[in-house]
Amino acid sequence: MKNYEVSKDGYYGEFGGSYIPEILHKVVYDLQEQYEAIMNSKDFKEEFHALLKDYVGRPSPLYYASRLSEKYGCRIYLKREDLNHTGAHKINNSLGQILLAKKMGKTRIICETGAGQHGVATATACALMNLPCVVYMGATDVERQKPNVERMKMLGATVVPVQSGNKTLKDACNEAIRDWCCNPRDTFYIIGSTMGPHPYPEMVARMQSVISEEIKWQIKEKEGRDYPDYLMACIGGGSNAAGTIYHYKGDERVNIVLAEAGGLGVETGETAASLNIGTVGILHGSKMYVMQTEDGQIIEPYSISAGLDYPGVGPMHCQMFKDGRSKVLPITDQEALDAAFELTKLEGIIPALESAHALALLPRMKDKFKKDDVVVLTVSGRGDKDMQTYLKHLK
Amino acid sequence: MTIDYSPLIINFYTIMTRISRLFKEKGKDILSVYFSSGYPTVDSAPRIIKALSDAGVDMIEIGIPFSDPLADGPVIQRSNSIALKNGISQKLLFEQIKDIRKVTDIPLILMGYINCAMQFGFDDFCKKAKEIGIDGIILPDLPLDEYNAEYRPIVEKYGLDFIHLITPETSEERIRKIDEASSGFVYMVSSASTTGAQSSFEQSKQDYFKRIKAMNLKNPTLVGFGVSNHETFRAAADNSCGAIVGSQFIKELDANPTIEEAVSSLIKKIKG
Repeated sequence: MKNYEVSKDGYYGEFGGSYIPEILHKVVYDLQEQYEAIMNSKDFKEEFHALLKDYVGRPSPLYYASRLSEKYGCRIYLKREDLNHTGAHKINNSLGQILLAKKMGKTRIICETGAGQHGVATATACALMNLPCVVYMGATDVERQKPNVERMKMLGATVVPVQSGNKTLKDACNEAIRDWCCNPRDTFYIIGSTMGPHPYPEMVARMQSVISEEIKWQIKEKEGRDYPDYLMACIGGGSNAAGTIYHYKGDERVNIVLAEAGGLGVETGETAASLNIGTVGILHGSKMYVMQTEDGQIIEPYSISAGLDYPGVGPMHCQMFKDGRSKVLPITDQEALDAAFELTKLEGIIPALESAHALALLPRMKDKFKKDDVVVLTVSGRGDKDMQTYLKHLK
Repeated sequence: MTIDYSPLIINFYTIMTRISRLFKEKGKDILSVYFSSGYPTVDSAPRIIKALSDAGVDMIEIGIPFSDPLADGPVIQRSNSIALKNGISQKLLFEQIKDIRKVTDIPLILMGYINCAMQFGFDDFCKKAKEIGIDGIILPDLPLDEYNAEYRPIVEKYGLDFIHLITPETSEERIRKIDEASSGFVYMVSSASTTGAQSSFEQSKQDYFKRIKAMNLKNPTLVGFGVSNHETFRAAADNSCGAIVGSQFIKELDANPTIEEAVSSLIKKIKG
């Protein structure tokens, strides 16, 4: 049974690696050499755990959604990452990486952000640790995620609107990497998803693995067994999905079903469904499925959700998808909106647009569910930042 | 399986590549110029190559535009993106320059990003390059280990030079390894930066150039990133075999009415 562990040179099967300009070799190599030892040290574990508990508010609840369960004919639990400090799972990773940065003597933090959740989380971590923070954010996203931009500014971060490409997450990544190329000695790049050069995909997955670690004992308490029949999450770069499945990757009793952003529909071309329509390529330092032309030019993705609006997917997910270990369905903008309104109506929870894609898996999977099936679905973030969009679509 | 021996045969008769010959025969003050193919117009490449060659430039780097050029600064990002809008592709570029060896005999290098070469098919990419008479390849996001493991045998099969980059952050031990894996020359990145003009190279950069010079590498070196005028060219060329100019040439293309005038304006600035 495969457990999808990363190889020494950073591959999950055929995906991953470290395709970076030479100027970044030393800083990335140092991180490869040190991150495991630091993450396994008693010091780090204690500090990280204390922050997750007292600052983030972990463990996040595993909530039995009775009305949703009734509607879909199974036992649905929501893993409430939306209740974390700063409103999403992103804070788990930002706090872990900033502890690493401090231990490695770095004095300046940069990051990219799409929906702004990772930017807010990193700006928060920087305020807490008193480190300067520069957030790269596509100019389009700066417009559509205004409340998060204001939060980052209030937290003391410098938000740089990126004007290249489609002015979204991909372009923010490019610009953050360029900054890093210019400042490799003092700067730590806190990547927000399971992407980028080795060791980032594995490092971020491990920072987020607290989600599945908690699911394990929480579901045991509630259901008397430590695994669900289904795990569900949304997937852009793949961080909340990686966190949700981390301890179950090799457990074949657990079906993994993920939602990627279908946009207006995969057949329209206006989509961000990188696993379903991508081909193997290299972007942002990693070999993965990428939406691209025959000539190797990256296709600009589209999704209503800024956090899923990315033309690639982290390498671990690529291998799991290729092997059929995970099932990944493209969910359209409309399906996500419908699911967001449904959760709000049935359970009184307004999810982030990203998480709404995961919720939209429920109607898609309805016919497969048996009455006693236990489904754990991660609500990766809350919908405050998306109110503008929701109000526009509220009939 | 049929084995294609032709690259080996060509290699046997020429023995020294055009790039090696340039470094052996001229050896110093070598000026290599980069441009983005497809810019300013989709079919500019052959004319730019001819103009640079006629003006006495020693070597040319033909840029293959990529949508996400992360080692490049704003000037080349922009020329890349306009070139792609103009409709350039690898196939089209190869078609445009298929007879380029009737026009010039100076060394020609393809410079791009690994994803494009990979989608073309790396073997096909090298084969096509060799057919056209290209001498070397630079892919700044293909690191040493990946190159050695997967790509090097293909490059060597076709007798092409592969030019790796070194930077101020590269350790001496790694520089030795990179030197071993390179042929033609080693590309010395001037500073921790993306591509783009700098007006001067301060002492610390010159110390780094001297440190590399003292290592007596197997390959000659050229300095690139930030070379834009006579002062930076001299600082680079005094401590290596010469320099590579990219962004400054793109700026000249923007500022001058014709390609030929852009070339002569550039040469005036660099040679001083």
